[in-house]
Amino acid sequence: MAVIKYYGAIAEETKCSEEQMAVSDLKISDCMALLNKKYNLNAFEVSIALNQNLVEIDSTIKLNDSDELALLPPFAGG
Amino acid sequence: MPQVGKTGQQKLKESKILVVGAGGLGCAILPYLTASGIENIGIIDGDTIEETNLQRQILYTEKTISQQKVVVAKQQLEALNSNVKIEIYKCYLLGKNALEIFKNYDIIVDATDSIQTRYLINDACIITNKPFVYGSVYRFEGQISVFNYKNGPTYRCLFKNDKANTTNCETVGVLGTTVGLIGMLQANEVIKMILQIGEVLSGQLLVYNALNNTQNCINFNKTETNIIDEAFFTSTYKSHKIEDISFNKTILEKATFIDVRELHETPKIELHNSMQIPLSVLKISVKDLDKNKPYAVFCQSGKRSLEAIKILKEYQFSNVKNISGGALSIQKSIENEEHIY
Repeated sequence: MAVIKYYGAIAEETKCSEEQMAVSDLKISDCMALLNKKYNLNAFEVSIALNQNLVEIDSTIKLNDSDELALLPPFAGG
Repeated sequence: MPQVGKTGQQKLKESKILVVGAGGLGCAILPYLTASGIENIGIIDGDTIEETNLQRQILYTEKTISQQKVVVAKQQLEALNSNVKIEIYKCYLLGKNALEIFKNYDIIVDATDSIQTRYLINDACIITNKPFVYGSVYRFEGQISVFNYKNGPTYRCLFKNDKANTTNCETVGVLGTTVGLIGMLQANEVIKMILQIGEVLSGQLLVYNALNNTQNCINFNKTETNIIDEAFFTSTYKSHKIEDISFNKTILEKATFIDVRELHETPKIELHNSMQIPLSVLKISVKDLDKNKPYAVFCQSGKRSLEAIKILKEYQFSNVKNISGGALSIQKSIENEEHIY
């Protein structure tokens, strides 16, 4: 199981700040498609990080069980 | 402190820092920069103080409500350190003034509440070759980074889509202490850069959560594909191409309508999501509108609405369209259609 972390308005949409996800052989792009379907995240601008390193949203890197994928929207407030 | 010393104090004294925005972040950043011994500080903000600002904008008091933020901030900061020279700009940062103002400073600090303005700061920093200290807040969370530091990654390397649609503080609500914490982390980056000590948050985004006291650092590289030069800057921020559309039901669902005619003008147009802001008061009403939301502007025939759109675009509104033919054409459409809008 990989950990998916949510920040800002995205965490409000998913109603959790992180969750476990079965990812065996799942590409990052496919994982994002699943999350979009589950939470309707298309309306959000988001950057994503794999194990604290920014990656492209359509990355074909495959996720491993110990991985952490973070979904980061830009914040506006100040 | 050995890390500062006399030379460090001299560096602080000589550096010139611009803080863009005198709201929540600005009110946290400015007193610490002033108290540190930085003697040249610029503040730019066109806003006035409102009661709802006071829970987080701690340079202001009940007695200063409705005064200009930059004016009150200057008084407060000069009371803290009389050696400091505070230059104030009683306006918003715009494409037409950004480059000219940035040239006078060494470091630009973002204390705004708008994503569109952050792209403007980013691009103006690239052109003028200044580091950009970024901070932003969403409820109990904050993000901090330093962009364009020694030719390092920029805001566009982290967030590529400059058409992002997000909401500001007044809309989502933030806790004063969260804004204070993030502002102080920004001030800390500024001081480290001046003193050339420690590690600057370049190529790293620090995400802080004030509810559970956790923080994460995300690494990112320079990946910019766009060339940000003066030509790009002019076409993005200084030219105002205006998109004309005809009135129809679809646009009515997608955008908020702004009637810029004077209140006495007829025919009255009453739509379920319209508001009336006469052109004569549009500039002072801009702060009540959300720059990231879609608007459709109309007047009687279509001339004043073009003027209004130019103003809104100057203020970084990202999605504004003109209803061609104005109120007269809207009324005709409503009459021709059986539908009740």
